Amino acid sequence: MRINKKSAGVAASVAVLGMTLAACGGGSGSGDADAEGGADQVEVFTWWAAGSEKAGLDALVGVFQEQHPDTEFVNGAVAGGAGSAAKDLLQTRLQAQDPPDTFQAHAGAELQDYIDAAQIEDVSGLYDEFGLTDAFPADLVERLSTEDGAIYSIPSNIHRANVMWANPAVLEDAGLDTSAEYEDLDAFIADLEELDEADVTPLSVATTWTQVHLLETVLLADLGPEAYSGLWDGSTDWESDEVTGALEDFETIMSFTNADRDGLDWPEATQQVIDGQAAFNIMGDWAVAAFEEQDKELGTDFVAVPSPGTAGTFDFLADSFTLPVGAPHPEGTEAWLETIGSLEGQTAFNAAKGSIPARTDADPAEFSEYQQTAIESFANDTIVSSLAHGAATPVATLNAISDATSKFTTGASDLDAYQSELAAAAQG
Amino acid sequence: MSKTMRRVGPPLLLLAPSLLLLGVFVYGLIAANFQMSFTDNHTAAQATGQAPAAAVWFDNYTALLATDAFQHSLLNLLLFTAVFLAGTMAMGFGWAWLLEKPVKGEGYFRSIYLFPMAVSFVASGVVWRWLLNSNQDEQASGLNRLFQIIGLDFLQNNWWNNVTFGIIAIAIPAIWQLSGYVMALFLAGFRGIPDELREAARMDGATELQLYRHVLFPQLSPVALSALIIIGHMSLKSFDLIMSISKPANYQTKVPAVDMYVFKSSFDYANAAAVGAILLIIVAAVIIPYLIHTHREEKR
Repeated sequence: MRINKKSAGVAASVAVLGMTLAACGGGSGSGDADAEGGADQVEVFTWWAAGSEKAGLDALVGVFQEQHPDTEFVNGAVAGGAGSAAKDLLQTRLQAQDPPDTFQAHAGAELQDYIDAAQIEDVSGLYDEFGLTDAFPADLVERLSTEDGAIYSIPSNIHRANVMWANPAVLEDAGLDTSAEYEDLDAFIADLEELDEADVTPLSVATTWTQVHLLETVLLADLGPEAYSGLWDGSTDWESDEVTGALEDFETIMSFTNADRDGLDWPEATQQVIDGQAAFNIMGDWAVAAFEEQDKELGTDFVAVPSPGTAGTFDFLADSFTLPVGAPHPEGTEAWLETIGSLEGQTAFNAAKGSIPARTDADPAEFSEYQQTAIESFANDTIVSSLAHGAATPVATLNAISDATSKFTTGASDLDAYQSELAAAAQG
Repeated sequence: MSKTMRRVGPPLLLLAPSLLLLGVFVYGLIAANFQMSFTDNHTAAQATGQAPAAAVWFDNYTALLATDAFQHSLLNLLLFTAVFLAGTMAMGFGWAWLLEKPVKGEGYFRSIYLFPMAVSFVASGVVWRWLLNSNQDEQASGLNRLFQIIGLDFLQNNWWNNVTFGIIAIAIPAIWQLSGYVMALFLAGFRGIPDELREAARMDGATELQLYRHVLFPQLSPVALSALIIIGHMSLKSFDLIMSISKPANYQTKVPAVDMYVFKSSFDYANAAAVGAILLIIVAAVIIPYLIHTHREEKR
């Protein structure tokens, strides 16, 4: 009996030890078995797990399966937190050298960290192979290229950040022009003052990133596209008087926003315009889905115009796909990237998601009324990169700018301190 | 030799897996964290070894502690902990004291008070984010609206959006959630005191106040100490509740744990590790004296 007990204990501990070792060894070997560059499958890592984003991905997969029937699509979508959960997991996987075959990332400076870390490959060769250099606008290709001419991702869609949404009924009640287009910020601020007396929130805004989004449109309006772009390559001085003026306007505009902003995310702020609690909201064109889902008609129930003072400029951001270093199925990735860049892929995806294709040869008739206006602007306007969405600066700079903005809008720092914190953030 | 082996061997073998796991995944990782915090590993390139990282020893700590932003986080942590501790201890003790006297339906009340603890911080945070809405007057909702309805308009405030004291508003849901737990601890403490002691004190002519002061409180002090330690270290680690009510980028509710998260997502591993190390040191400063104290008690 005694011996039995003892040997049972030993057996149990050996078993536990065995399981531990098995558990430790498990992760590393799994990817290697089929890592022969195979085109048999592709794992696509996104945060498109719900709503119009999910619909877009599904449409894209439909085209992919037609174009590449031999390659299996593996959905690596991670839901939650507007991509923050996915980005966290991606960071871990890349660090552990267990990359997906391709992952979604905002095109532009946000990719810089992955490039510096040698985690993604130059795909400029594929641009020639798929004929994308001619299909995409030259402005865009230039913006995607690094200084030495390499391109690290293929965009699937284009979003516009400088859009202002307005509720014409609210404007009418306050006796204002319902078309809501503003040449400059002074005219806009004058109307905000009128609205403030009319018992509605003049401008709705949400948590820090949407405040940074607002800041970016204000900077763009006051500085103009050229000086705005200069903020990100160092040719515009952050300490200059022009920037001070823009920040003063930002301070004034923020004083006309809702008090509970820090607790909201963008859909709740946009909803205030839909419900008529607020007159204006400045948000990217993904907000159009919120209006359309609630059967609102462009022109009658809501107005979408370039944010004040930014007409003629297209503040862009793009989702794009990469080829990670050490991807287990690089040929599968190439197949996926070909579909992403193709006319059919871009048309199917964007018609469902609400954004617009990066290709200039897409047929506008296949898209909604708002999308058609965006397609036209994208073809004709000056293109600048969005700050709040990773196109203009690396993540660390954006985080520092967000911190400074939150500090300023909660009243913990004054304008001078804010400006020098922004200047320090931009220097990195 | 073989005799000792036979005596020590099997238990050692039995303990080996957990010792190994603890060694690698707790103490090993703590060591790795400290090692990271002593480097200048501030970019994605350095994290993957594409760019060199050098040892800078305590530079990250001194730089962090010198910034206003991090001092603000530490101050927030201190405020949060103070209010959270005081609140849960007062509420928990109060409830336990009320229930300690024979009450009708005691079990029922006990469950009601203890129940909030069963809700996760993230789930209750979603509800409390709405309750603590900072809109006032016409647009008020949540608690501010409640204050209007019951005619206590002057109590309306902007809750966690106050730059200096906002963090205290987040301590309210934390208190709501853990007071029941402290109550359970105190109730167990009260129940552990034999009735004979109270009767003896009353026989000796002690007033109710003296009874508490000289008989009951001294016997409850170990319970109070454990409650303090448990709540205190939970407050230092609190992250989920703050994140689900506020957002990581909101300056007014930043605490070191949130800073750590933001540094990590900016690929600044060295500063993230340094913040983690600072948190560990603060928790250790609370826990280690307690461990020494209980160890001495047990020896006695």
